[in-house]
Amino acid sequence: MTQRTLELTVDGVKVSVPEGATLLDACRKAGKDVPTFCWAANLTPANVCRICVVELGGARTLVPACSRKAEAGQVVQTDSPRVHLSRKLVLELLGSSVDMSLSRDFQALSKRYGARPERFGNKAARAEAGARDAAHAGHHHPGDGAQAATVGQPVKVDNALFVRDYEKCMLCYKCVEACGTDAQNTFAIAVAGRGFEARISTEHDVALDDSACVFCGNCIGVCPTGALMFASEHELRAQGRWDESKQTVTDTVCAYCGVGCVLSLTVQDNEIVRVTSPSDSSVTGGHLCVKGRFGYGFVKGG
Amino acid sequence: MEETDLIVLWGSNARETHPIFFHHVLKAIHRGAKVYVVDPRRTATAEWADGWLPVHVGADIALANAVAATILEEGLANREFIRRATSGFEEWEAYTRSHTPEKVASITGVEPSLVRRLARDYARADRAMICWTLGITEHHNGVDNVLGLINLALVTGHVGRWGSGLNPLRGQNNVQGGGDMGALPNKLPGFEDVESAAARAKWEALWGRPIPPKQGLHLTGMFEAMAHGQLRALYVLGENPAQSEADKTRTIKLLAGLDHLVVQDIVRTKTAELAHVVLPASVSFCESEGTVTSSERRVQRVRKALAPPGQARDDIDITCELSKRLGYDMGMPAPKQAWDELRRASPLHGGMSYERLEALGGIQWPCPDETSEGQRFLHARLWKEPVEGRRAPFHVVHDEPPVEALDRDYPLRLTTGRRLDSFNTGVLSRGYESPRRLGETVDLSPHDAGALGVQEGEKVRVVSRRGAVVAPVRVDPGLRRGLVFMTFHFPDEVDTNQLTIDAADPRSGTAEFKAAAVRVERLEAPQR
Repeated sequence: MTQRTLELTVDGVKVSVPEGATLLDACRKAGKDVPTFCWAANLTPANVCRICVVELGGARTLVPACSRKAEAGQVVQTDSPRVHLSRKLVLELLGSSVDMSLSRDFQALSKRYGARPERFGNKAARAEAGARDAAHAGHHHPGDGAQAATVGQPVKVDNALFVRDYEKCMLCYKCVEACGTDAQNTFAIAVAGRGFEARISTEHDVALDDSACVFCGNCIGVCPTGALMFASEHELRAQGRWDESKQTVTDTVCAYCGVGCVLSLTVQDNEIVRVTSPSDSSVTGGHLCVKGRFGYGFVKGG
Repeated sequence: MEETDLIVLWGSNARETHPIFFHHVLKAIHRGAKVYVVDPRRTATAEWADGWLPVHVGADIALANAVAATILEEGLANREFIRRATSGFEEWEAYTRSHTPEKVASITGVEPSLVRRLARDYARADRAMICWTLGITEHHNGVDNVLGLINLALVTGHVGRWGSGLNPLRGQNNVQGGGDMGALPNKLPGFEDVESAAARAKWEALWGRPIPPKQGLHLTGMFEAMAHGQLRALYVLGENPAQSEADKTRTIKLLAGLDHLVVQDIVRTKTAELAHVVLPASVSFCESEGTVTSSERRVQRVRKALAPPGQARDDIDITCELSKRLGYDMGMPAPKQAWDELRRASPLHGGMSYERLEALGGIQWPCPDETSEGQRFLHARLWKEPVEGRRAPFHVVHDEPPVEALDRDYPLRLTTGRRLDSFNTGVLSRGYESPRRLGETVDLSPHDAGALGVQEGEKVRVVSRRGAVVAPVRVDPGLRRGLVFMTFHFPDEVDTNQLTIDAADPRSGTAEFKAAAVRVERLEAPQR
């Protein structure tokens, strides 16, 4: 089947992309670095983070490159002053309210765009455990400008496999999509609440074990900020022993059933500390089951 | 899979046992594909189905014949395909045609209109796939079960085309690869026949040693031979038969009675505890180099990410060291050298260099040379004009009930299987803490739990003609009256295989794990 191609201009460079491609595809084809947080190759674009916005000739507003379909003859600017300003503001809003310390992309982009989240004031104190989950729409009142409101709250540690540190959650929806129709189809989690009270929640905010969760960890696999983290990594970080300079990543095949899922084993000090799967694997699409992702304890002698 | 229009999952709870395969099924469902699930239990898989056919345990042949009879009767057979590409149709049709869903309903337990709906949708689909797992093969007539499903693919022509075919889902990460490498009693690497002089001559020339000209024994055949004192020494690699075989008491007796038992494994299994010699091996998927073959015939590389502990050694090193001491020095080849040797003679693997396996993300055999990228599906030859090679044969298959009939003393049907977060005898899966793990339970239908007067969590005794175990009750609304489900994941606590029957299919050697007769007893008399 031959596919029609479209021609458009990105930063003055003509590129052609197949019909159905997004502006992000076109920008990358033109060699332009368009940043993303909520986009992933193996997920449907949620287009919520707005870091990928570009200027499209003739459009009133900036458009999200990750989900806007390319059309013939479009003129796209990826680095105009408007794009610059908008990305800077997105970074500042995120940086003022969310703990983005584990996102290397965020650090690099903040530098590139000169983001100053501190201009919104010092971060407000953490909420008590459960307080944000109990909040209803309308609870949030605009502050006095002296303090920046945050999503700060204690880490949720309620199972042996992974932790949920929602202080680091930027609401990119990736975990929701991986739990939903894009991969796992378990629908254990969704975004609950509105506005600043929006958060990731199980049905009726029940504990993870009482929810539909099957602990596949596909949510962790897609999390860009470290809000969802392997218990093994969380413990090592808490002990100050997490050391990426001592880690190797090796691709192999899962030891359980016959599907042949590719596993990427992160190893530190001769111990497996994290298991993921490459998103371009035709077998897994980057997703695993609970055994493949967490069931490696037998290697150490079960 | 993702581009097919209809999927029949027959005797497969893929949602739990092949979760990432099921992701592909889900993609097909979201594209609009219909799904039928044939399973005695209403499983997590069945919850995704357009139609669930609650077949009685062991009635798969009756049901497959009823589906076929509907296709024949309603004029839905693909006569053109049958004429061109198959053999034995007339005889098969003559036998099968009368086995209508209505006539066999008392055997299958399935509402005839549902059988007809499956038959029509399957036959009329543009592309359709039948997938199965151990619900088909773990029966004393498992081979006939498979042939029954093959008949359905042949009568409709749903084979050998993109999106259409027959798809057995392998349960272990390299059970396919073991077969590919000739770890079968009757095959050489690449599935060449041991009893073919020409095939043997080719491999003998490569290896410089004669190959025994007669096929060996499969697993259940070996236990038979042990029972008759004909097999006195056993070398077990990476398997735990002391806990995985049916009729555990008999198995242990036979293993313990051997003159010499060698076990090569990564952990001290119950089988290793019976051994005279234990050879500690490295963990193949992360402590050594090599390849495995998945269910879709995809050969992929496994790689060393960790150093093995203590004195554990790679399987290949142990094999070569043993061979040397037995008088045949193979040297100490690296895994890649052994693989390249295989590639020189196996018709399936010639083009699969390590470099190409890496570059292509694995290759699906056959891949005879380096111009081939492997094959996404098999049997396309049946659609060539004229058909290439042998025509695909229909097989008349006769319905046969499970070996152990239900009776007054053992009125319930026990069937066994896996759960999502555990695996086989638990040797691998007990090494991690799963929040979803329930431990072993005796799953009863709400009706039977009520009739016995037992509550969820109450311990009961399950008794078969071979043994008894005690475990807590779990009431599963997905079970129909008369059906009991257990796993064999926790044999140290609840040894389910004391209950199962060692009746096996003589052709495949696979035991009837899916059908034992049991009764369930309360531990204490009911309080009045």
